Amino acid sequence: MKIDKNTINKIARLSRIKLDDKESEDYIKDLNSILDWVEQLNEVNTENVEPLSNISSSILPKREDVSNDTNSSDEILENAPDKLEGFFAVPKVVE
Amino acid sequence: MSKSSLKQTLKDLDTKKISIRELNQDYLKRIKENENLNVFIHFSEDNVLKQIDNLENDNSAKKLKGIPIAIKDLFCTKSMPTTAASKILENFNPTYESFVTQKLLDEGSIFVGKTNLDEFAMGSATNTSFFGNTINPLSKENEPLAPGGSSGGSAAAVAADLCLGATGTDTGGSIRQPASFCGVVGIKPTYGLCSRWGIAAFASSLDQAGIFSHNVEDASILLQSIAGFDQRDSTSAKVDIPNYFENLDDDLNGKTVGIPKEYSIDGTPMEISQIWEDAIKVLEKKGVKIKNISLPHTKYALPTYYIIAPAEASSNLARYDGVKYGFRSDEINSLDEMYENTRAQGFGREVKRRILIGTYVLSAGYYDAYYLKAQKVRKLIADDFNKAFKECDFIVTPTAPSAAFPLNEKQNDPIKMYLNDVFTVPASLAGLPGISIPFGKDKNNLPLGIQILGKHFDEQQVFNAAVSLERSYE
Repeated sequence: MKIDKNTINKIARLSRIKLDDKESEDYIKDLNSILDWVEQLNEVNTENVEPLSNISSSILPKREDVSNDTNSSDEILENAPDKLEGFFAVPKVVE
Repeated sequence: MSKSSLKQTLKDLDTKKISIRELNQDYLKRIKENENLNVFIHFSEDNVLKQIDNLENDNSAKKLKGIPIAIKDLFCTKSMPTTAASKILENFNPTYESFVTQKLLDEGSIFVGKTNLDEFAMGSATNTSFFGNTINPLSKENEPLAPGGSSGGSAAAVAADLCLGATGTDTGGSIRQPASFCGVVGIKPTYGLCSRWGIAAFASSLDQAGIFSHNVEDASILLQSIAGFDQRDSTSAKVDIPNYFENLDDDLNGKTVGIPKEYSIDGTPMEISQIWEDAIKVLEKKGVKIKNISLPHTKYALPTYYIIAPAEASSNLARYDGVKYGFRSDEINSLDEMYENTRAQGFGREVKRRILIGTYVLSAGYYDAYYLKAQKVRKLIADDFNKAFKECDFIVTPTAPSAAFPLNEKQNDPIKMYLNDVFTVPASLAGLPGISIPFGKDKNNLPLGIQILGKHFDEQQVFNAAVSLERSYE
């Protein structure tokens, strides 16, 4: 078994997703079955194969490095769950 | 099946046989009559009426003036909220318009509403949406069927004739599979043809916008409208966009079609093998040379996809943290607790599953074994297609391994659900254009789809083959 209780807790922590005990158990089961299934990739010989990260077949164009100030901070803050004096507000971080 | 046509409607508007108001009131009426299908996450009659008013006062000529279009709720729109079918984006009002929807607005189209989808486009049945299932309009009474997914709302909107076209996105089959399930046309163009700017990101190396329509001609008109270079998407391609519609040519004489043997998989229903054979026979009669080809790494496409897509998703969805927009949990005694509770309560089960898998395969010690390995197999899959396209002009396969299945089937077995995309994922990994067109029915009279794949940026060949098959089927 690749994923145990410790591993799922570690991944959940890295993902910043709180899991209760029931969920942890479910995800341990799901993730193990998915990881067992993807194991079949080990049958494929990938020696000397370059990993493919960008499928785009055209050359990526460059653009002029010019600033573009839309000055829409008020509009953007409209969507914020909490804001204070023109900033996003979050729970206190420093005591 | 509806016989609506965008092409015909444009003519009728032009000759004043019908007005923009009459046309859209007809659509508004049908939308209200079909509310039980749960096609739209956001629909506002007032908003549509306002758009009609504006267009009536606009004297300029526009290519899609007055045409009712439905928008998958993954595209940011300034005039309507955008949720990605997630609780975490509840009440999110984008401050900008996506590239694709801006193009449609510039052409004068009317947005009838934002369509339902699987949460963040993760699913194959439109059943992971925070806003509930969409029901396939082809369902019989007492037996609701899934519309496919993730763009199930858009596919259903076209199938129920609630619009003359709809936008979708396709990461592993999210346009082609629902098109097949709902009996409509769905095209995913080449990766890079349409800008991803303003589309909520799922897996950025795979995500691509596309179109649902009533027929191939309409798809060719609409795709041209949403394609084009955009400097705000670094993978947007600088290619000339042909006039697909003007260039449509159903004469395939002398062309070669590739038939990949690896797409004959165990357990595929007879009816699907049958329509595949029928399509090949039709092509043969039209003077198309049939070439048996091999795409040897096909069976590894799904496991490759289910490493790469969740990995990219886990990174893309890190932005939903309850700080800048969307939902924030009430249980927030510290910053970390705010993140963890917001994401725990804001994301649904499938999205969390994929974030967790993605985080695992990218984590220290596992990156090479999973993510890097998958990227290497992806290269082999892309090379398979490159080799095959040296011997043929296009490839024909079934779109999906089944017709529409009952709602909530396969819900508890993620791998079983993932197998829906077995025929669509390989082309996504290779970034190729693909269309699904209705071609035949199963024993329950449900539509089945044929998929046509083309070379990079050879959408014209894909449309030509599709229109040719469509005209022989009608």
